[in-house]
Amino acid sequence: MNTNYHRELVTGVAPHTLRHLWPGSRIGKPPLVIWIPALLIGIALTLPLVYLVIRGSSASEEAWSLLFRSRTVLILGRSVILVATVSTLSALIAVPIAWLTIRSDIPLRGFWTVTTALPLVIPTYVGGFIVVSALGPKGLLQSVLAKPFGIEHLPDIHGLVGATITLSLLSYPYVLLTVRAALQNIDPSHEETARSLGNGSIVSFFKIVIPQLQPAISSGSLLVALYTLSDFGAVSLLRYESFTWAIYQQYQTTLDRSIVALLSLVLVTVATIALLIETYSNSRIRHHNVSGDTQRPPVLVRMGHWRWPAFAFCTAIVTFALVLPLGVLSYWLIRGVSVGEPLLILWTASRNSIFVSILAAMTTVTCSMPVAALLVRYPGFISRTVKTLGFAVYALPGIVVALSLVYFGAAIAHPIYQTVWILLIAYIVLFFPIALGSIASSLLQIDPKLEDASRGLGRSALETMRSVTLPLMRPGILSAGALVFLVAMKELPATLILGPLEFNTLATSVWSASSEAFFARAAAPALMLVLLSSVPMAFLISRRSGNPL
Amino acid sequence: MTIPTIECHKVSKRFGNVSVLDNLTLTVESGEILSVLGPSGAGKTTMLRTVAGFESLNSGEIRIQGELASSQSVHKPPELRQVGMVFQNYALFPHLTISKNIEFGIKKLAFKEQKRRLSHVLSLTKLTGLENRYPHELSGGQQQRVALARTLAPNPVVILLDEPFSNLDASLRLDVRREVGNIVRENRTTTIFVTHDREDSFGMADRVAVIREGTVDQIDPPDSLYHSPETPFVAIMSGAATFVSAEIQGDKAITEIGELPYTISSKSPTNNKRVMLLVRAHDFDLSPSSKTTCTVVAREFRGDEVMLTVKFASGATIQCKQHHSRKLEPTTHVDLTPSNPHPFLAFPFDSAFIGKTY
Repeated sequence: MNTNYHRELVTGVAPHTLRHLWPGSRIGKPPLVIWIPALLIGIALTLPLVYLVIRGSSASEEAWSLLFRSRTVLILGRSVILVATVSTLSALIAVPIAWLTIRSDIPLRGFWTVTTALPLVIPTYVGGFIVVSALGPKGLLQSVLAKPFGIEHLPDIHGLVGATITLSLLSYPYVLLTVRAALQNIDPSHEETARSLGNGSIVSFFKIVIPQLQPAISSGSLLVALYTLSDFGAVSLLRYESFTWAIYQQYQTTLDRSIVALLSLVLVTVATIALLIETYSNSRIRHHNVSGDTQRPPVLVRMGHWRWPAFAFCTAIVTFALVLPLGVLSYWLIRGVSVGEPLLILWTASRNSIFVSILAAMTTVTCSMPVAALLVRYPGFISRTVKTLGFAVYALPGIVVALSLVYFGAAIAHPIYQTVWILLIAYIVLFFPIALGSIASSLLQIDPKLEDASRGLGRSALETMRSVTLPLMRPGILSAGALVFLVAMKELPATLILGPLEFNTLATSVWSASSEAFFARAAAPALMLVLLSSVPMAFLISRRSGNPL
Repeated sequence: MTIPTIECHKVSKRFGNVSVLDNLTLTVESGEILSVLGPSGAGKTTMLRTVAGFESLNSGEIRIQGELASSQSVHKPPELRQVGMVFQNYALFPHLTISKNIEFGIKKLAFKEQKRRLSHVLSLTKLTGLENRYPHELSGGQQQRVALARTLAPNPVVILLDEPFSNLDASLRLDVRREVGNIVRENRTTTIFVTHDREDSFGMADRVAVIREGTVDQIDPPDSLYHSPETPFVAIMSGAATFVSAEIQGDKAITEIGELPYTISSKSPTNNKRVMLLVRAHDFDLSPSSKTTCTVVAREFRGDEVMLTVKFASGATIQCKQHHSRKLEPTTHVDLTPSNPHPFLAFPFDSAFIGKTY
């Protein structure tokens, strides 16, 4: 999947020309059956945001004064610092691994290719729970060390350092996968040209490859930044008072909804600024990456003795990001079972999780189809409008969407308030860009002339869609569905806030147990969650082009 | 009189403010192979797409077998036109086998009839045996024939080929062109194909429409285009051409290289004394001479012939093809004598055409 192209679609910064904006475009007006649903979906997606703005603009004096307290700025600063440290550390982990797994002769290259992407299936709150339960006070490590060494206290893992390490180890795959895709798309002849012009292999790499990877690195880092900014689970469990945490506190303690709306808008603004900076600083470079298929596989770089430090690096990352977490979960599971922790609730929670995630995958993918058709096939005024609307919701954090829908549901859409349906709406808003990216890039690869050929052979527009376009889009539709399923399984804040009473999913089960330090009880749903998330992940990895973002 | 298969009457098509087709008029008779020849951007592909129904019209009308298919207010959808189109990149369905690709347009027929047509077009296009392959498993020439077979299977009233040979390399091109020509002739299928390549156009077509900026300049058999071009543009599209500035005095045209016989082009008349004469590469015989100011400035060896560039005193140049036995090297002074008694065709003077070789 070409994430750069995907971003271009969503953010609409591609230069506009009369024709051939990109290879899949047609000239002329889009048909009604495409642009009307696409526009309606675009507008519907922005409703939560519009609602927040209305709520925020009618805020009381008191709410405004709360907003401008120095404490607000302080907490915002903490969030920004966390975002900066996590994005940097993720890039430092991901870029070497991307290069090692694509371009070097590291031993067990195929194994590392798969395992280094896998931490993506571990949700941040599970990561937080693992860290706290293993390294926290009265945790696993301390209890192991207590008997032989009499150690009563470990250095506190709560706070910035703990949150940075936890989030980086779980979110570096976002950078890894974008950079890997970009590395695969770089034409090896560029590097060969540099070599033939008299540069050594290392010089060529830094002069030719790294500059071409820069857009991928920064767009991957942006994903990490948005992920971190909107993270709720890990920062709460690791007691790092970030902005999402503060919003949640306000939501639980005050009745004044406008202050929550105002705080949410601040978070949205920060996220949007990050998105804008990244988008415009790279918009020119990005354009060259749109079509980047290479014919020849690149030559692997021989590393000699450096293979072993590289091997050790990959081992360390996979150990800390995947093996140890799973080990800790297994430990707590065994301990839980041995003390008679009931596993029955697990069945209901799994069923609920699977049910809403499948529903989310199907509806989100369905909604993204007309929008993808409009953006890819009919660039123009309506298309740009829908793109702008998509841009507005691209960076919405889960908690913000959830809160806006709480107010929206309570005030306007009362019949669906506290039902699965309003949760489903939140999922659609949150995961729409992910599905759109995958669907749009698969549609982009289908030459519109194939559709013309079908029409010329006597098939109507509808038959053409059924017999040509949809079958060819199937891989894209499946991976969009798998992606949405994966992220919906992991989603916490929206599920927590919008899920009906007594509606337990695996995510909420992990959360409620671990936030009260019932580690043994949290282990079973957490492992189940990781296991179930691995199914779509395995599917995505098995498809070579699958880029789970 | 039979009804023409395709009639385009004053067809205009704009994309935004850009006019692509401008009062284009042409007719194609039943069973005829018409080539549309023009430089890239002339509107060739758009013309095909309007006939096929993929684009609507801004004005004018298109009739297929006498029946109105497109006008400003009417637009018959492509699937109802019985027009087959072969795309430049063939547009084979990658998820379907060759036989499924070919059967795609005839699914509504009875099963037996489908199989009969399938085997007919497979043998016509010499693809028998490749039915169960997928498009990517075939060579470029084979893909071309699958595209043709798929288009022929529903028995369309006309097939349209968009730059059919441009994706093939030079060694295949001639063979495929002859093959395609034979297939459509054998099948008696009315055909329109567009190309920017003169050789492809002249080699396969019964008649050629030369198109420029969305209008047809001339429709005629290839030899008429070459011998009696109606505009300077048609002259350069139909063969190597140079224009030489001339002054009319009585029945002679005075040029730098002497007095030459001429006729005024009937479709581009002029009363002006100042004209330009069309010079084809075979129009002059060259012989070494120390008395002239004409000099050979370049020599390109082309196997059976050599192409010489000859420069006049004024700096203007013309191209002359000579037998390869002529050992005329650059810097040789040459004398030019007309190689045949035809008068030279005179067009209204247009400085845009002077001093260039086409």
